This record gives sequence, C-alpha cells and structure tokens, in this order.
Amino acid sequence: MEVAGFLAAAAEIFGGSIPGFWPIVGLSLGVTLTAVALAALIGMPAGALLAVSRFPGRTILIVTINALMGLPPVVAGLLIFLLLSRSGPLGFFGWLFTPKAMILAQVVLVLPIVVALTRQTIEDLWREYAEHLASLDLTGIRAVPTLLWEARFSLLTGLLAGFGRASAEVGAVLIVGGNIVGHTRTMTTAIALETSKGDLPLALGLGAALLVLTLGLNILAFGVGRVGARNAG
Amino acid sequence: MHGPTSIMPLRVEGLSFEVNGRRLLTEVDLTLDRGGVVALVGPNGAGKSLFLRLCHGLLTPSAGAVRWGDGDGRRAGVKAHAMVFQKPVMLRRSVGANLTHALAAAGHGRAARRRRVEEALVRFRLDHLADRPARVLSGGEQQRLAIARAWALDVETLFLDEPTSQLDPAATRAIEETIVMLEGEGRTIVLATHDLAQARRLARRVLFVLGGRIHEDAPAAAFFTEPKTPEGIAFLAGDLLA
Repeated sequence: MEVAGFLAAAAEIFGGSIPGFWPIVGLSLGVTLTAVALAALIGMPAGALLAVSRFPGRTILIVTINALMGLPPVVAGLLIFLLLSRSGPLGFFGWLFTPKAMILAQVVLVLPIVVALTRQTIEDLWREYAEHLASLDLTGIRAVPTLLWEARFSLLTGLLAGFGRASAEVGAVLIVGGNIVGHTRTMTTAIALETSKGDLPLALGLGAALLVLTLGLNILAFGVGRVGARNAG
Repeated sequence: MHGPTSIMPLRVEGLSFEVNGRRLLTEVDLTLDRGGVVALVGPNGAGKSLFLRLCHGLLTPSAGAVRWGDGDGRRAGVKAHAMVFQKPVMLRRSVGANLTHALAAAGHGRAARRRRVEEALVRFRLDHLADRPARVLSGGEQQRLAIARAWALDVETLFLDEPTSQLDPAATRAIEETIVMLEGEGRTIVLATHDLAQARRLARRVLFVLGGRIHEDAPAAAFFTEPKTPEGIAFLAGDLLA
C-alpha cells in the first residue's frame, strides 16, 4: 500500500465521507469511558479498603487480583458470554450483543488493574498517614476517603492504565458484542474486520484515530496530574 | 478552660509495652494533673515517644492502663487530646484544607469549621499562607500548622513529640512561644524533648526517662538543680547514657 492511498483514506475517514466512522469512534469511547468510570467507582474504594485492612487470606486475595491484571481478554469475553447467553445465569438481562455486555466485559478487565494499583498506592500513603489519621480517630474504612483524596494524582495513572487496556482490547468486545454494524462495532473490532477483508487503508485510519485518542487522553491526564501535584505539594 | 468537666488528670498505671518479647517500657506509674508543661527528657530510645503514643491511644499497652479523669478522654465522643509528631504530617492540600480536614474528622459542621479555621490561621500567624500547599511550607511553618490543627480541635491535652528537633533556632523559638500560649490557655502539654535547655525554659515538671522507666519525676527546678540519681546527674552533665 502506498502512502498516498493511506493519506487519501485518512482524509476520507476524518472528513466523514465513510459512513459509520464517527459512530464507531463514539461507541468505542462511550463503552470504554463508562467501563473505566464504573471500575473506578468500585475499584478505588475496594483497593483502598484492601490497603488498610488486615484479615486472613488477604495476601492470597492480593496475589489473585494482581494475577487477574493479566487475564486474557478473550477468556474474560468467553466467561461473560456464558453468563449472559440466553441459557446462562444472567441471560434474562438480554444484554448479549449489546453495548452493555461490552461495558461489563471491560469492567471485568479494568477492575483488577484499578484495585491493584489503588491498593499499592494507598498502602504507601498509609505508612505516612496512619498515625495522624488514627490520632483523628480515622481508622479502617473511615480513613479511606482521606487516603483516596491524598492519592488522587497517582490514582489518575492507574485509571489511564485501565483505559489503555480497555480501549486496546478486541477479544472480549468481539465475543460479547458481536461486531454488529452501527450497534456494537468498535474501533478495534472494525480494525480486525477491515484487516481481514483486506481494506488496509480503513483499518489504518481507524488505528490512527485510536492512537490519537489514547495519546490525547494521556497528555491531558499527565498535564492534570503534573499541575495538580505541583499545587498540592 | 473547659469548665468543671476535664479529661484530666491522666492516670498511668503499671504501663508496659513490649515488642517481640523485648520490653521497651516497664511498669510506668504516674499521674498528670491538669495544666502546665510536663517535659519528658532522656536519651534517644529511652521510651519517650512510646509513652506519648500509649497515652494518646495510638498503641495498645502490653500491660497496665491509661485512665483519663473523665473515663475515656473524650468530650461528646470526640478525643479531647491530640498529638503533634516530630516530623509534621501534612496532607497534600492547602494549609486551610489541612485544618478543615481535622475539624471535619471531629464532626464539626461547615460553619463551625470555617470559623475555627479562620481563628486558627490568625492565631498561629498562618493566614497569609492559607491557600499555600501545606507540603511546601518550611519545617517551622509545618510544625506551627500541626499545632494549630490540634488547637483548632480545642483539645485539652497535647502530646508533643520532639516538636523542634528538626527546626532552626528562630523556628524553635516560635514553637516555644506557641507552647507557652497553649499553657496560658489552661491546656496541658506533655512534651518529649532531648533539648534540656528547652525543658528548662518551658517545663513545670520533668520526667526523666531511661531504659523504658521513669527514672526521676520532679518539679523542673528541683530536677535541674539537684537531680536525685547518678544517671540524672550524668544526663544533665551531658554524658551519654545507653
């Protein structure tokens, strides 16, 4: 393929002359951001609580969560597929082959990352703050809101890692979403499809869009983190 | 200061603390009355910080008990004693927000928090720094903020653990003035220090701690002029004690 062909394709894509391009980008972004937000909502408090509590089996739990960070997306997709399939335990939701199923799959992929990184960050902070917070009667779960706020800039990095994993994966959303045009087709599943069809310019264009989005979000988060951390000392 | 109900006196009975079978504090018995500055002096590792932490409830004694005059050392369920650490603990927020956080933890409402923060900032000459991140303040300013935080909570008793050991003379003087002010308000100050001159300047009563025991317990004037034990004499003479 020549450079000119790629540039022409890129112009076509971003110019909006290929129908369905922007909806694909929108859906991808919507699914992934929702999944990361949900994972943050559940995973940050859970990770912080794990950091400040001591109970039997804690170490095993931590190791398990760390291991789940490497859960292959296709395996996660398969498990969610079985859960949501018509005869599965959650089949009555009717979520299979909808964006909801894709969000669920990505939450499963992102959650271990958020919990593990939050746990690590908060545990380091806890060493610094434990006595002061205990002095204020903030122990155990009562210390969690303070610690999460103190860790806010480090936690942003954890969320970015989660976003990276969710936006890049193709296996899980392909299995539970089905790659249906205009309904569950995301950037990654579209790239996989167009590549196998031999439409490399379109695949490359989508790939470029995905890279630009990821880069943009990282720059934004990095900037926010830097400015914030400087202001907070 | 707080009317007839006081958390003082603090009675320490047979207080011991050990870690992995090693005794770090052995059967301390004493009573701390309301008001005044009590200095704990002694070499490093004598058990001064440990004693403060046990009294403040940050550590659980291996044996013995810490009994407050009112039972639990609380007013309306909120701890009426506070601790200031050798290295000030600053949250990653502004000076004002550090004060607000402590007040919120103690259950003060929004209006009370704002008023109390304002008072503390003025009182401790931190008002021009209110919006500055606390962690970029100088060591002396941070320690002043740590004490202001305890003052904002209106605690009756303050445990100060070597509050000036990392400060230069000017900052040390500012902290000492603050301690005198707190004493003047009727609060009780328990001060661990290895700075004998500081103990001499501030304390009404001296507890000489050595090897996990209270070796001498005397009015400051008496301890500094006529220590009762050979170890006390050696310590005042500047001899190192193991």
